[in-house]
Amino acid sequence: MITKERILELLDYVKDPEIPVINVLELGVVRQVEVGPDGKVIVTITPTYTGCPAMDVMAADIRKELLEAGVPTVEVKQVLSPAWTTDWITEEGKRKLKEFGIAPPERTADIRALKGAAPVVACPHCGSTDTAMLSPFGSTACKALWKCNACQEPFDQFKCL
Amino acid sequence: MSNALFTYTLRLADDLLVLSHRLSEWCGHGPVLEEDIALTNRALDHLGEARNLLQYAGQVEGQGRSDDDLAFLRNERQYRNVKLVEQPNGDYAHTIARNFLFDAYHLPLMHALLKSKDDQLVAIAGKAVKEATYHLRHSSEWMVRFGDGTDESHQRAQTALDDLWTFTGELFVEDDVQKELEKAGIAPASGPIKAAFDSTVNEVLKEATLKRPEDGFMAEGGRDGRHTEHLGYILAEMQYLQRAYPGAEW
Repeated sequence: MITKERILELLDYVKDPEIPVINVLELGVVRQVEVGPDGKVIVTITPTYTGCPAMDVMAADIRKELLEAGVPTVEVKQVLSPAWTTDWITEEGKRKLKEFGIAPPERTADIRALKGAAPVVACPHCGSTDTAMLSPFGSTACKALWKCNACQEPFDQFKCL
Repeated sequence: MSNALFTYTLRLADDLLVLSHRLSEWCGHGPVLEEDIALTNRALDHLGEARNLLQYAGQVEGQGRSDDDLAFLRNERQYRNVKLVEQPNGDYAHTIARNFLFDAYHLPLMHALLKSKDDQLVAIAGKAVKEATYHLRHSSEWMVRFGDGTDESHQRAQTALDDLWTFTGELFVEDDVQKELEKAGIAPASGPIKAAFDSTVNEVLKEATLKRPEDGFMAEGGRDGRHTEHLGYILAEMQYLQRAYPGAEW
């Protein structure tokens, strides 16, 4: 019978469809993995943003990955609580985001931080902190649009949530 | 009690579903690219929140209705949103003012719902409160930019506020459904939410050099399914496919 460790290895291959450099474990959306006595696997995931269209795709991809690995029955459950926070993105995930050209969320996600002035964000291309927010809403629900005044490149920032 | 909870959950859901649809009308028509993206991002947040709430409403009702059934197969009289969110987009000042007035109510409501005795509403509010914080920040910034901008933008923002103010009374209506759930510790009391709304509105309008409209006649009825003529047109567009091809899936 398949072990929990093996399932976690397989989940390593399931990428975020909108940010295909990081997987569902690094993104912190997988909350629980259970293997039943009959070999049935239940994976519990939580959405990043409420309306994130990638969640349904991630659920389908997780199912597909595990079924193809020979797991007889797979159930992917979605839970809302506790609410996902960018703090759950792993260090490895943050590193990959930066490499991909997305400034990772730096500060501890606190609701007070959301209200405050724009945070200091380092450009993922040249590392300069001479950056400015162009728009708090970006190409996906989880990102804001920034530009770097030093290297002139625009870039996405993963919003702190 | 489950009847009241069903109606209350629909009210929360329908506000977001209808506002989401209105904002989606801006897709491809925003005044600048960033705003086009901002409004459609918001529309997506609201659609997700509405979906969670409609799924829950279906469970509470216990008649086997799904979120899609509730969104696509109810008529105007069965929708429970406030009239504010169904008002047309108008110029950009109208859209922003409508967002702002709704956000000033929605954020404290979501905060208060975190203390509800209903676990599922707490979970949904726990997600929504983070998004609502972003929404209020966005709409407040634009209120200030318009109000404290040029004569033209100031005038348009003031006109939008004056036009929409009549729809704000309904946000805090105290009827039987509200009272029953308040008593049960599920719905937060309207009083403190109104106080938070007033404080946000006063603070932002002051910075925006805009005048808070006088409270006059307040339009009501949306919570009971009596809407302005606009909702019918929204539903006609939103529901067209399911009405024309019942049960269609893709």
